Amino acid sequence: MFKRLVIRPNSYYDSIALMRLTQTVRNIDKMVAAQVGMATELNKDAVREMGFVGEELKAATANDLIVALVAETEDALDKGEQVIKENLERPTRQEPGTKEPKAYATLSEAAAMDGAGIAAISVPGEYAARETRAALANGLHVFLFSDNVSLEDEVALKKLGQENGLFVMGPDCGTAVVGGLGLGFANKVRPGKIGIVAASGTGMQQVMTIIDMLGEGISEAIGTGGRDLSMEVGGITSKMGLAVLERDPNTAVKVLISKPPHPDVRESLIKMLDEGTKPAVVCFMGEDIKEADKRRSGKVLYAGDLEEAAILAYQSAGGDSKGRLYSDDELSEMVKAIVARGDSRGYFRGLYGGGTLCQETMTLLSRMGIDVYSNIAWDRRLLLEDPEESRGNACIDMGDDYFTQGKPHPMLEPGMRVPRYLAEAGRKDVGILLFDVILGYGCHSDPAGIMAEAVKEARRIRKDMGQGLVQIAVIVGTMRDPQGLEEQEAILRDAGAIVLSSNRAAGDLVAGLIKAQGGKKPCLR
Amino acid sequence: MLTVKNWPPKGGVINVGGGVFAEAMKEQGAEVYEVKWQPPAHGKVELIDILDKLQGRDDIDEANQKAIERFSSAKPVLIDIGIAREVVPGFDDRMLLHAGPPITWDKMSGPLRGAVIGAILYEGWADSPEEAEEIASKGDIQYSPCHEHSAVGPMAGVVSPRMPVFILENTTHGNRSYCTLNEGLGKVLRYGAYSDEVLDRLRWMETVLAPIVKEAIELSGGIDLTSMIAQALHMGDEVHNRNRAGTSLLIRALVPYLIQVDYPQADIKRCLEFINSNDHFFLNLSMPAVKAMLEAAHGVPKSSIVTIMARNGTEFGIKVSGLGNQWFTGPAQIVKGLYFPGRSEEDGNPDIGDSAITETSGVGGFAMADAIPIVQFVGGTPEDAIRFSEKMYSITTTESKHFNIPILNFRGTPTGIDIRKVVETGILPQINTGIAHKDPGVGQVGAGLVNPPWECFEKAIVAFGKKYANGS
Repeated sequence: MFKRLVIRPNSYYDSIALMRLTQTVRNIDKMVAAQVGMATELNKDAVREMGFVGEELKAATANDLIVALVAETEDALDKGEQVIKENLERPTRQEPGTKEPKAYATLSEAAAMDGAGIAAISVPGEYAARETRAALANGLHVFLFSDNVSLEDEVALKKLGQENGLFVMGPDCGTAVVGGLGLGFANKVRPGKIGIVAASGTGMQQVMTIIDMLGEGISEAIGTGGRDLSMEVGGITSKMGLAVLERDPNTAVKVLISKPPHPDVRESLIKMLDEGTKPAVVCFMGEDIKEADKRRSGKVLYAGDLEEAAILAYQSAGGDSKGRLYSDDELSEMVKAIVARGDSRGYFRGLYGGGTLCQETMTLLSRMGIDVYSNIAWDRRLLLEDPEESRGNACIDMGDDYFTQGKPHPMLEPGMRVPRYLAEAGRKDVGILLFDVILGYGCHSDPAGIMAEAVKEARRIRKDMGQGLVQIAVIVGTMRDPQGLEEQEAILRDAGAIVLSSNRAAGDLVAGLIKAQGGKKPCLR
Repeated sequence: MLTVKNWPPKGGVINVGGGVFAEAMKEQGAEVYEVKWQPPAHGKVELIDILDKLQGRDDIDEANQKAIERFSSAKPVLIDIGIAREVVPGFDDRMLLHAGPPITWDKMSGPLRGAVIGAILYEGWADSPEEAEEIASKGDIQYSPCHEHSAVGPMAGVVSPRMPVFILENTTHGNRSYCTLNEGLGKVLRYGAYSDEVLDRLRWMETVLAPIVKEAIELSGGIDLTSMIAQALHMGDEVHNRNRAGTSLLIRALVPYLIQVDYPQADIKRCLEFINSNDHFFLNLSMPAVKAMLEAAHGVPKSSIVTIMARNGTEFGIKVSGLGNQWFTGPAQIVKGLYFPGRSEEDGNPDIGDSAITETSGVGGFAMADAIPIVQFVGGTPEDAIRFSEKMYSITTTESKHFNIPILNFRGTPTGIDIRKVVETGILPQINTGIAHKDPGVGQVGAGLVNPPWECFEKAIVAFGKKYANGS
């Protein structure tokens, strides 16, 4: 085994670029392990785990780049270093005469140009609060993608923003559409009458894309970050967002999406919506709709899932009274056809990039009496002991911290799921595989292409085993997304996957297939 | 309660962090202001805490404005030449001045040792290099930084009592600055050479060159150096690594008076040939000129502006206006650049000389966009030269009132290095410099670019925080 450690002092690169690069280097032939990252304590630990030690490593700071490579041959190490060099040095080389876009050293320096109204911040969490403060001090709204910001900081920042009439969307805010511009991971949706406030990025994307599919569009979509409706934060951003939508002349219907809020916060939000002049749709994911709520002012409609939220909003905005995206008949036909082929015998395994979609599937199945194990289960009995090891019917959130420590998020790098996907495919007791494919700006440029290869490989594996397999893809996107919805769907269908554009429908299909097997319940511990 | 300003936000988006998102927004046609973000203060929590207490402070900003005002209103004029021992403040009989922060013989690098040996021989304190070395190491010579005597010296920067020095006066504030006359290229004392050829030249400079030029300066009634530097910058100099234009302008200013001095024609001719053959003659005037300006800006309480950057070949040291006479030092760095044929980085001595005073004042490497002809020293393109200068605006307080950059739409050069900005951005000042051979007596082996070590700024911000974090 050959090893190499290179530390480049004072060479900062953003973590997304480095994680992608790490992935590329790991794929080099004969490369055993690779880590390209800034010398944060976390990354240094990862490098130590690869067996590297020394004073140089110890002394390296967050501004120093570490390259740690382990390979079977010296050549692979050289190749790795070369790939890294090419990749990192490419942007700084340019032909004479070409103008490089101006880069600013600090947020305040950029703000002094007086050209911007909002800052999109995606720096490592420990620095995010400081950058947010600088943005607010410069009178900028903030879209805060970074996670790992303390709750204490979140409360302080949101209060500071509120005092100054400025939004703090986030931390951990994946998506927003502001004045027609998509921030973070954002689908290209048509402009329209529906405004969204959402505590979940993929939840927002699912609702936006279905609304788009139905023919309506989005006025504004305001992300809040997952903790906004906690007792501590008190829904500061959500309330500001709803107030903006209430006043916005382009918005006819307000949509609010979140995990179940703290009861006090829930009450004040519902009161606010009830007192508003516009119809509203709320979807508190995983919460059972309360009878008491249904009897209130009637301005607020309650949706049990994301697809329903999109449909109710569409109808409230004057759309025809369409039913679900896929009718019950359509879905039961699909179930019948699959069962007749005998492909679906075995457990269901879902490998998600979107955490909210993962959660939604678990909720849907549990409502139908099917227990689903997960690495993010709220029910302790269903929590997987080891996220690497599925059991029974299981849904894995591959975007969870456990899987993304020093690795790219599956929305950026859908291929990180492939080894796990193929491992599941190789298990005799598994019959149904499900994964999501998320399109939009900021996401991978060809997620379907990557997953289609995995689908084909899984089919090959199953053929060798002499067993069938159902592979279902949930695709979240629009026709105008840079990846192209139809193109991406076609790639997956050609590979042999069943493609659905609603996660709810996928849940229904999976439930139908499990029930058709006799509703086999996993044995609980 | 729930009022929201500027919504939906007008204008573009500032992107801080992931380039993926900047690209995605640009793809949608948005105006994106990209911040090339890196962890502030090298990610050191204790430094970030200090920074947070020092930023957005009106009192510090005002102090910096005051320091800048003193700097900008200073008017350095070449008024005379004198003998170091007689005119430089605080000079003693057995004292040698040197470049950079304080240093002892045992820590001196090759070129500085060579220059010390040469100066001892020149002064006649020893008859042989061996004897000179013994004297130098025994402690009966007092070594003192030029900067502590209002003087500056390029490379080794050694000034001995007998040496003639230019005298400059800041006619606004009355302070003076001093610098030796430049000896030319090749085997010279400032690169640590001490052969007979070097010593003979020094003696000729003392006895012929200095008196003749002194008389010409007197006849001229004084030469305004601010405007001469400003003109040189427009002629391709950055007055640190390129001084061809400045030297030419000086000759133009001197000649009408040189022809009037009462000395033999042959001596005057030789003086002119000497100055004319040395593109760097003007360096020993650009340096003390900006030194006089920066010294006027030093000592403003609460000012976080750097007033000295200097290297002794072993250590790099800086001083900060509001932090009195304390040096903040770190190891001198190896210069990256173009080495003369047959030379390589292995021959190079770590960074040396007081000439980084030019960068401290916003010229030199900071005015690289003025000196596109020499960007090839570092294998760069004209675009690189522009970028070097542009980058320095991120760590400076203002733009120069006197010195500007035509290609940047006559923008003033980046002026007033703020230690807070250096620590925040991690961007270190860019210095153009010559490279000395690591062994005494060999001379220059190349030229290139170098940065101060980060430690200088880290130590300075800690000291600044200690003194001013609580607004005292």
